[in-house]
Amino acid sequence: MKNRKGFFSEGLLTAPSFLWLALFFAIPTLIVVSFTFHGHTPNGGVAEPYSLETWRALADPDYPSIIWRTLRISVKVTLWCILLSLPCAYAIARMDKRLRAIVAGAIMLPFWTSFVVRVFAWRTMLHPDGWLQACYLSYLRFNEWLFQCMPAFVQHTLTGLGLATPGPLDPAMATMLDSEVAVVLVSVYSFLPFSIMPIYSAAEKFDFSLMEAALDLGANSFYAFRKIFIPCIRQGIISAVLMVFIPAIGSYVIPQMLGGTNCVLIGNKIFMRAIQNRNIPHASALATLMAVSVLVPMAMTVWWRARQKARDLKKADNVVAAHIPGAKA
Amino acid sequence: MSDFLVFENVTKRFGPLTAVNNVSLGIKKGEFFSLLGPSGCGKTTLLRMLGGFEMPDSGRIFLDGKDITDLSPNQRRVHTVFQNYALFPTMTIWDNIAFSLKLSKLPKREIEEKVDAILGMIQMREHAWKYPNQLSGGQKQRVAIARALVDRPQVLLLDEPLAALDLKLRQHMLMELDLIHDQVGITFIYVTHDQGEAMSLSDRIAVMNRGKVEQLDQPAKIYEAPVSSFVAAFIGDTNFFAGEIVAASGDYCTIRCEGLGDIQAFNDRKLLVGQNVHLSVRPEKIHITLNAPQPENGVGVNVFQSTVTDVIYQGVYTKYWIMCGDRSVSALKPHSRFLLDQAPITWNDKVYMWWHPDDGYMIENFSESDAGLVQTPPDAPKEFPGK
Ligand SMILES: Nc1ncnc2c1ncn2[C@@H]1O[C@H](COP(=O)(O)OP(=O)(O)O)[C@@H](O)[C@H]1O
Ligand SMILES: [Mg+2]
Repeated sequence: MKNRKGFFSEGLLTAPSFLWLALFFAIPTLIVVSFTFHGHTPNGGVAEPYSLETWRALADPDYPSIIWRTLRISVKVTLWCILLSLPCAYAIARMDKRLRAIVAGAIMLPFWTSFVVRVFAWRTMLHPDGWLQACYLSYLRFNEWLFQCMPAFVQHTLTGLGLATPGPLDPAMATMLDSEVAVVLVSVYSFLPFSIMPIYSAAEKFDFSLMEAALDLGANSFYAFRKIFIPCIRQGIISAVLMVFIPAIGSYVIPQMLGGTNCVLIGNKIFMRAIQNRNIPHASALATLMAVSVLVPMAMTVWWRARQKARDLKKADNVVAAHIPGAKA
Repeated sequence: MSDFLVFENVTKRFGPLTAVNNVSLGIKKGEFFSLLGPSGCGKTTLLRMLGGFEMPDSGRIFLDGKDITDLSPNQRRVHTVFQNYALFPTMTIWDNIAFSLKLSKLPKREIEEKVDAILGMIQMREHAWKYPNQLSGGQKQRVAIARALVDRPQVLLLDEPLAALDLKLRQHMLMELDLIHDQVGITFIYVTHDQGEAMSLSDRIAVMNRGKVEQLDQPAKIYEAPVSSFVAAFIGDTNFFAGEIVAASGDYCTIRCEGLGDIQAFNDRKLLVGQNVHLSVRPEKIHITLNAPQPENGVGVNVFQSTVTDVIYQGVYTKYWIMCGDRSVSALKPHSRFLLDQAPITWNDKVYMWWHPDDGYMIENFSESDAGLVQTPPDAPKEFPGK
């Protein structure tokens, strides 16, 4: 009786969220995937008969490079966001309560302005005659000088790895606006609050006396930060990664407004196919392709980590067995 | 022998509050030293200055002859056992204990040996691969101690390490701490507000009050010869009798106590006639009998007639509250083997209370506020309504 009651009340409690997920996530996803197995009609609809024509059309040589660029930029943006959020969140969590509320409010403040307006403001700030561009140029010049100072074989290695380009700097070709640099910069700016907040809420629950304990045992502050603080707020970091990476993959406004023709991402392509070419199945296929290219590596990581964990447990058992006679039995 | 660890005129303020006020202490190598005092008296602050987590506003701290006042926590070979244990939740017990060894870049083999040895000492080998949240309070405590001891610090600091444990476990851990101290021979500094813990473990105790050290001595000295009314009242329980010395001859003097009469007391410090003192007499030193004691060899003085107002049976002894004139006095009576055969002393009995002149201790340094630390008799029950 009791179990049945538990089952019913639990079922009732979780039903709304399941329903929500089914209605607004699972079913739409399935519909999108099913579109890819149809052709399109000239007036923007989905053709009736099944066909693989859409998937054949995906063999555009542009797509792999666009997907690769989208992934690369998303990873860059995520890394920068996490890197900046960690010290921020740490600092906020250490502030006294009153100041903390003010700073947390300040982080959320930009949301009171329209996202598109904010991104558009960056067009002005990144103007080729602006001071940000000037800073960027000096940074590039410094890099160039550093490159010149290096021995030849290091230069070759760096060039080979695609981390540097030899030859003199052409200021006309090195504008931030309408380039990948602008897209990464403004994406980091836009997504930063989404990564600070989950990390901060994890850091707020962190027991800072653990840092003192680490220092007490001889660690320096940075070591304690890496070995104690970061592992303890792992969950917050994971949510921050998801909160940044997923929107970054689908990013569309920022590359559209700041990326120019040099930085077209998958989001822009999907928009083009769906709205300009009125080819919904093609747009669906691109979206599916993108989702698969993110989910496959993710699934592999999860699987790999689970295996690693199982191995660790086994190792621990063996060590225990080695120490305690009879434990193995 | 010069002291291993020295506090020299150390002062620490938090805004207007002086948490530690001009403290000077010397602690010997290998000593089990306790800081004892009521909550908020500055014990933790003193310890945190030694650990390097607070900087003193003035004064210096020397360890083994070196000035460590300005060193950061990780530059001192001083480890702390925190009250909340502060075990690293994402690491196994093994990794927790190995933390300091890994930092000292010892070869792997050696780290394993040392961790294993100390796990053996605290009898936790089979728990090595658990995480802290899988352990009980006492186990966490042992791990915290092992973690702090494994790389043999010069001093181990323990900040109320047993406060979170229940009574039985606390008594058990006390014995274990004592054993561990004997085994490792490291200087222990033990902070507590529990006099029982401090008394049973320590070589010496510093009794602190309001940021100052009131008395520093061996446990028995502190109990028997408190320098101030605070120490007398905070350590154990006592009765104060205020009066003026009216006669002093040889080893003894007479104190005239208002509302009671003349009291004979041992005058070890040769106090002079005319001085106002407070006599502290511990409850267990006060005898109560139905008949007047036969005068012989110091007995037969300090005898006062009184009335029993409350009897509290406590197993090992019985606590009596007696009324002598208009003052309440507490007395402890240990049970002899034939307790049930004796005519028991009960409520409202007229009794004689008396103590040996050697058993009172005169205190010159008296503060009225300390009298509040002394136990008072339970309130008489109010009239039952409707009865
Ligand atoms: N960081 C701090 N800021 C302000 N006041 C403090 C701080 N730490 C301790 N105090 C104050 O200093 C006094 C002594 O505290 P503490 O050393 O923790 O006492 P104890 O450990 O003996 O209970 C207390 O009144 C406490 O409120
Ligand atoms: Mg304290």
